[in-house]
Amino acid sequence: MSPMLIILLLVPVVGALLMYPLRHNVPAAKATAMVTALVEFVLVVVIWVGYDTAAAASGTRFQYEFSIPWIPAFGTHLAFGIDGIALVLIALTAFLVPGLMLFAWAEKLPEGRTASGYFALLLATQATLVGVFTATDVFLFYVFFEAMLIPMYFLIGRFGGPNRQYASVKFFLYSLLGGLIMLASLIGLYVTSGNILGRGTFTWSELQAMAAQVPTSTQIWLFLGFFVAFAIKAPLVPFHTWLPDAGAEAPIVAAVLLVGVLDKVGTYGFLRYCLPLFPAASQALAPLVITLAVIGILYGALLAVGQKDMSRFVAYTSIAHFGFIALGTFAFSSQAFAGATLYMVNHGLSTGMLFVMVGLLVARGGSRLISDYGGVSTLAPVLAGCLLLAGMSSLALPGTNSFVSEFLVLVGSFPNEPVATIIATVGIIFAALYVLWFYQQTMQGPVRGQAVLNSLEPAGGPGAMIDPAVAAKRGGGFPDLTKREIGVLAPLIVVIVVLGFFPGPVLDVINPSVQATMTELGLTDPVPVGGVAR
Amino acid sequence: MTPLEAPPIAYGAIAPLLIVLGGACVSVLVEAFLPRHQRWPAQVALTVLVIAVAGVTLGVYAGGAPAEGVVTLAAALAVDMPTLFLWGTLLVLAFGSILLIADRSVEPGGAFVANAVERASVGAAPGTTTGGTGVDPEHVDRSYGALGEAPTMQTEVFPFTLFALGGMMAFVASNDLLTMFVALEVLSLPLYLMCGLARRRRLLSQEAAVKYFLLGAFASAFFLYGVALLYGYAGSVRLSAIANAAVGTDRSDALLFGGLALLVVGLLFKGSVGPFHTWTPDVYQGAPTPVTAFMAACTKVAAFGAIARVLFVAFGSTRWEWRGVLWAVAIASMVIGAVLGLTQTDLKRMIAYSSIAHAGFLLIGTMAITTAGTSATLFYLLAYGFTTLAVFGVISLVRTADGEATHLSQWAGLAKRSPVLAGVMTFLLLALAGIPLTSGFTAKFAVFSAALSDGMAPLVVVALVASAIAAFFYLRIVVLMYFSDTPENGPTVTVPGAFTTVAITLGVVVTLLLGIVPTLVLDWAGAGGFTG
Repeated sequence: MSPMLIILLLVPVVGALLMYPLRHNVPAAKATAMVTALVEFVLVVVIWVGYDTAAAASGTRFQYEFSIPWIPAFGTHLAFGIDGIALVLIALTAFLVPGLMLFAWAEKLPEGRTASGYFALLLATQATLVGVFTATDVFLFYVFFEAMLIPMYFLIGRFGGPNRQYASVKFFLYSLLGGLIMLASLIGLYVTSGNILGRGTFTWSELQAMAAQVPTSTQIWLFLGFFVAFAIKAPLVPFHTWLPDAGAEAPIVAAVLLVGVLDKVGTYGFLRYCLPLFPAASQALAPLVITLAVIGILYGALLAVGQKDMSRFVAYTSIAHFGFIALGTFAFSSQAFAGATLYMVNHGLSTGMLFVMVGLLVARGGSRLISDYGGVSTLAPVLAGCLLLAGMSSLALPGTNSFVSEFLVLVGSFPNEPVATIIATVGIIFAALYVLWFYQQTMQGPVRGQAVLNSLEPAGGPGAMIDPAVAAKRGGGFPDLTKREIGVLAPLIVVIVVLGFFPGPVLDVINPSVQATMTELGLTDPVPVGGVAR
Repeated sequence: MTPLEAPPIAYGAIAPLLIVLGGACVSVLVEAFLPRHQRWPAQVALTVLVIAVAGVTLGVYAGGAPAEGVVTLAAALAVDMPTLFLWGTLLVLAFGSILLIADRSVEPGGAFVANAVERASVGAAPGTTTGGTGVDPEHVDRSYGALGEAPTMQTEVFPFTLFALGGMMAFVASNDLLTMFVALEVLSLPLYLMCGLARRRRLLSQEAAVKYFLLGAFASAFFLYGVALLYGYAGSVRLSAIANAAVGTDRSDALLFGGLALLVVGLLFKGSVGPFHTWTPDVYQGAPTPVTAFMAACTKVAAFGAIARVLFVAFGSTRWEWRGVLWAVAIASMVIGAVLGLTQTDLKRMIAYSSIAHAGFLLIGTMAITTAGTSATLFYLLAYGFTTLAVFGVISLVRTADGEATHLSQWAGLAKRSPVLAGVMTFLLLALAGIPLTSGFTAKFAVFSAALSDGMAPLVVVALVASAIAAFFYLRIVVLMYFSDTPENGPTVTVPGAFTTVAITLGVVVTLLLGIVPTLVLDWAGAGGFTG
């Protein structure tokens, strides 16, 4: 019984609650929120340092465990614990949030909205994310899974772009529908455990130990319920339509959290819940999931090429990336699992940085349209360089973090799923295409594009026929990054590059848990190159 | 000639019921003999006292009550664990409702008509259908009593409430169908009258009362017809006798199932289960909001308590025959509630449709003839009652000069002017939608898991889809309050008086607690089953 995870969960909750008494004192509220986020980060560092990879390798499934009975009538526990996979995702969250707060520090909020509410919602989102990743009781996981919606819903709906109402409701309803389908499976799982064990339980490890005794047909139904919820959250292709809207309308910090971390709950759910709890069903339905994943890789990439709006562009690239993660997750080899897990972290970093860059551009030009920008690199070379790095990380250039994970996924998937892997590889070329095209459009060539030109014109000059948001930016010039903005980006850049060359520390944490997942599935790694799959 | 032997009576067990009914009689005397200006304080004090004493008596008895229950009054009443739980629920919910009813700070003089006859004639005059004030100068101030007088209200509503409460308590404890019928009438008649007492929008209120009365009378006739058929089948109106007759005879099933169908129609009507729901939106909208709160919370508890008892005790053994039909009813109710709720523009009507959807969920719980099913239903009733009570409490606070602002558009941008109220309402709506960490989720979970383990998986899936649809209209209100701009001359949020504040706080706190630490109440709800 270690209280660490409880503290980790409560710190952002307390921080969020403190925003209410501080709501009239914005500087104090911002400072408190930042301190909270930094404390949370320090806590995660402490947990990371204390995480015993040797113990994990020798069979300790969870560490920092904490468990007290919650609702005995349902057999639920307030049970927390982390494995390596959860740990890296929590670390990702705790790493991103302080930077996002710094980004949001001087953000201009919609009229009538206060920064304290904004920061409170950010902290609340972080708290629910910690809960989702640390819960080792399936019921508790579900509670956090649903609770996660609420702060994000308000972040999008209250602080988002012009079309925020539509986007926030769409996001909420999609996720709620998925959640309710999962609830049906959750109850089904509970009842099944009651039939097999004699008493219903929600404890993850008990359910996992029981998994082999559940008939495959039952497993398939239960699997599908969880799968739909996670596929909506991830999102996989037929369930993805909420993401471009939500990603585009959400304020940048919420978009980073949404696409960077919140969506990882879906892929994390595949790895932690779908596979170990329903091993037979996972194998039976893997072809279906892999098909969806490959479609997602190509479809997301193609749509990304066609986007006019920068935020939607990033959202579609993410759909392609989620395809890679899903492919790795359902390829059933430890390399692919490790690659998928690392991919979750890396995608959070690279997409987070891309979104931040988009936010910086919009803050200067007042427009989200790609065609409103051009030749920015001559005006703001540092900004352009950062965007290039984010883009290179997104397309998995060797030397950036994403290369390692993408490579691991492809190498790990090939023995079991050669056809799907070959098709997915084509997605890499698409990625280069859309990233470079985007960079070329906005950054290179002569200075052009309405937003850029307008910012250079003297305020109030000719050309009244322009967008009011663009007009508001008139005469501001197109300045390069400020110190604060560099402060937001610097940690991201460092981590992206360092993980590109030294992914070892993260992989060391991930690998024992990946091996444990393999064991739970009853699988051994396929013989690599030259051998026959399985 | 042998003298009639009086049956033994377990006074301890039925003391709460006797106290409430006795209190109702005293309340009538107060109404008759006290001067007008003393009635309101006297009635409020008396009603609260009666409920409190009944509650304490119940608590004392429940502390040492036998787990298998007591059948008393010549087997007319069964005081078993579900009865005690339902009585407790009813008393607490009625306490909350009484607070809303008694509040005079929100609407000067209270939500009830000052002089029923007078105002009825004014209300009927053309042009006064919505406002009630401001058209006929003679009557401008009449809604607040005579000129120069402090605003008053009709205090009949207090004895009505107590009688209705007594009827509900007898209803859920009835061990035979005739007692149940009498209790049904005792609870219904005061409710019909209470619906017509609104100070504002008199015509709407009276229309609601008439509609409720006519349809209610119709439903009572169905119920009685069903009782007759069942008596013909079993030769007794006792629930357990019907169950016994159903097991060991070769009598025609037509009487049994015909009787059950008619009986259930009468009960489902009271529980506002679709497709027997048509009165619900009109009555919820037209009745004074505190009365709507009382009906939505307490009547639901009483109706479903009775449905659960009838199905469990009298028809448990034949459940495979009738369950298919009730499946259809439950699906119809959930779909009607969720889909029609989407199209509503009046908040009270919307909550009415929500209650129809919830009735469908509750019916699923009552269909699971297991102890888990019973306890889940009981828990759901308690959870839903408190949430809906608080919802109506909140609705009563948002007002324009014409009375309550129940049109959806009037709630736009409310979060800006009254963040606390909007926050409370959002929380309650999330509870109605069944989001985790609210009582709504715990209740839904309990009911659905009971249903799933009793072989009703498809129904659970339908229920979850209906929940998702229903979530959309709850969300609409949240969107309006938080994301929309405030209209010009929108409604004001009244600062609630102590009574309303207590009632809303009670509802919100219980909704939260049952979402986080429901163990104690779940244990109470599961303490024992129905006794025959």
